[in-house]
Amino acid sequence: MPDLLLDVQGLNTQFKTSDGVVHAVNGVSFNLREGKTLAIVGESGCGKSVTMLSLLSLIPSPPGQITAGKAIFYNRDLLKLSNEEIRSVRGAQIGIIFQDPMTSLNPVLTIGFQLAEPLILHLGMTKVQAKSRAAELLSMVGIPNPAERLNDYPHQFSGGMRQRVMIAMAISCTPQILIADEPTTALDVTIQAQIVDLVKRLRDKLGMAIIWISHDLGVVAGIAHRVIVMYAGLIVEEAGVNDLYANPQHPYTIGLLGSLPRVDEKEHQRLVSIEGLPPVLYAHPKSCPFAPRCKWAVERCWNENPVLEEIEAGHRVACWVDVNTGKER
Amino acid sequence: MTTNNVLLRVKNLVKHFPITQGILFQKHVGTVHAVDDVSFNIHKGETLGLVGESGCGKSTIGRTILQLYRPTSGSVVYDGVDLVALHGEELRKIRRNIQMIFQDPYASLNPRMSVGEIIGEPLAVHKIASKNEIKERVEHLLELVGLNPAFANRFPHEFSGGQRQRIGVARALSLQPAFIVCDEPISALDVSIQAQVVNLLEELQEQFGLTYLFIAHDLSMVQHISDRVAVMYLGVIVELADQDKLYTKPLHPYTQALLSAVPIPNPASEVKRKSIILQGEVPSPINPPSGCRFHTRCPIKESICTETRPEFRELEPGHFVACHFAERFI
Repeated sequence: MPDLLLDVQGLNTQFKTSDGVVHAVNGVSFNLREGKTLAIVGESGCGKSVTMLSLLSLIPSPPGQITAGKAIFYNRDLLKLSNEEIRSVRGAQIGIIFQDPMTSLNPVLTIGFQLAEPLILHLGMTKVQAKSRAAELLSMVGIPNPAERLNDYPHQFSGGMRQRVMIAMAISCTPQILIADEPTTALDVTIQAQIVDLVKRLRDKLGMAIIWISHDLGVVAGIAHRVIVMYAGLIVEEAGVNDLYANPQHPYTIGLLGSLPRVDEKEHQRLVSIEGLPPVLYAHPKSCPFAPRCKWAVERCWNENPVLEEIEAGHRVACWVDVNTGKER
Repeated sequence: MTTNNVLLRVKNLVKHFPITQGILFQKHVGTVHAVDDVSFNIHKGETLGLVGESGCGKSTIGRTILQLYRPTSGSVVYDGVDLVALHGEELRKIRRNIQMIFQDPYASLNPRMSVGEIIGEPLAVHKIASKNEIKERVEHLLELVGLNPAFANRFPHEFSGGQRQRIGVARALSLQPAFIVCDEPISALDVSIQAQVVNLLEELQEQFGLTYLFIAHDLSMVQHISDRVAVMYLGVIVELADQDKLYTKPLHPYTQALLSAVPIPNPASEVKRKSIILQGEVPSPINPPSGCRFHTRCPIKESICTETRPEFRELEPGHFVACHFAERFI
């Protein structure tokens, strides 16, 4: 088994708002192995982005606050690092691609400048070295005429091209981990296919581990090795990619898969929708947060929040009910 | 499906937007060819899906049908009446039958009006119900779309995205229309909520015999809801066929690439699948390519494609395609 790269334990993140404290992440634990791709899926507000931002100390504070947890990366706890120390990790050892390529590039700086910046800061290159490396990076991500395009500004690139620039920036210092936060959500399908293909090729070439955050179970099926499903700031299920799609065990995962129409479906069936809405948590959940929307819910679900338990090797589920029998475990 | 129950006939529809420069003396400097010579029919009771990538003109078609944009040329015949020729009161009267559900439930509801006012407004505008009747009707509509009738006094900001979209659906239904243009009604919603809204639209269609034009960029959702599907690329329809035919045997290279790019939530088939990855991006509609608009990215292009625009022809019964070489895929 490949070496453990990142080990996250019991992460809690809260936000103080005028309506009360929102418990965005409620004790998330997972690990990432070298060269593997871990996908985190869930709907808006389930805490998947906040989890990643917490690891990199990118949570605006106030109102955000990490109240508990550890994230061990090369024998160091990322959550305990000073601002200076985490800055040497961000961009250098952990690269990030954000969701919206329209807003995550600085509109008044050239692409060349933005690409060279991390190279000069983290790798100590000179301006000239950084410039030629920047051109190499652009050609690696498939941008034609890289040397000339270095002098262009972000508005001169299309959405898909900007996302390629973001990827070039994220891999510029050959990080061990690449965090991709919904990198294809803002893009059209044909461009999405190009970007997914590019990330896969770079992964194989550079051997980096990827944390791929997405709400699109289709894209995840094509890129991930392991998948974590989040709901209300909790991990509700974690499994290998084949296992999760073939044999989902948490009612929420089953609901999510059922609500997707599939191009390969043969007959017309009604979609299995999940009734109700995801909750906003103003307190640490005492009962299962999915119980109000769950058709399998039993009495215990309303009194006790299920813990994430391993039901088979490599398959963890947080549910009191065995969905195969409909009875309590 | 037979052709004698056509509800809407769109013929040679063209919509160009001028690009102007200057403030006082506006100079015409260019044209956006948003929709260029598009023809199709919609049958009574069916759902026609309209798919394509951003900027291909699918929303423009929807809005031009409702005469929210006046077409540059072409005709839109609804139930025997050419909407393009209508103005003022006549147009307003016929719009009772043609309604629209908008994409963004956060922007399409007036934040200063209560839900009751929003849903009741069409009834008041068309003067078809008294105040008391409107109240009753609003409550009935809220129930119909799965919301609590007591919510009529609340304001849009008190609702989630999915609930707001239900309000939008209730507003579209208030005049009991026969035809509804759904302009990306679910793309702003979460997956589990999307399924709720799509199921609602399907139930309402069965109940009232509605006809939909369903505009979306999500191919799997379009396949799920549509009877027939039209695929757009850069202002033209490149292929139109029954849903099952289009998805199992696409005849246009763009449709083929588009379908192969749709991710399937099944890792086993995802590994086996060979996707056609199109090079480059959609050209600008200000200066669309000559001949076939897809030729700049087409994997099977030949010299004729750069010169002659392919005719939109019926290659098999009910299966229209605009490609010089579509026969190869039969």
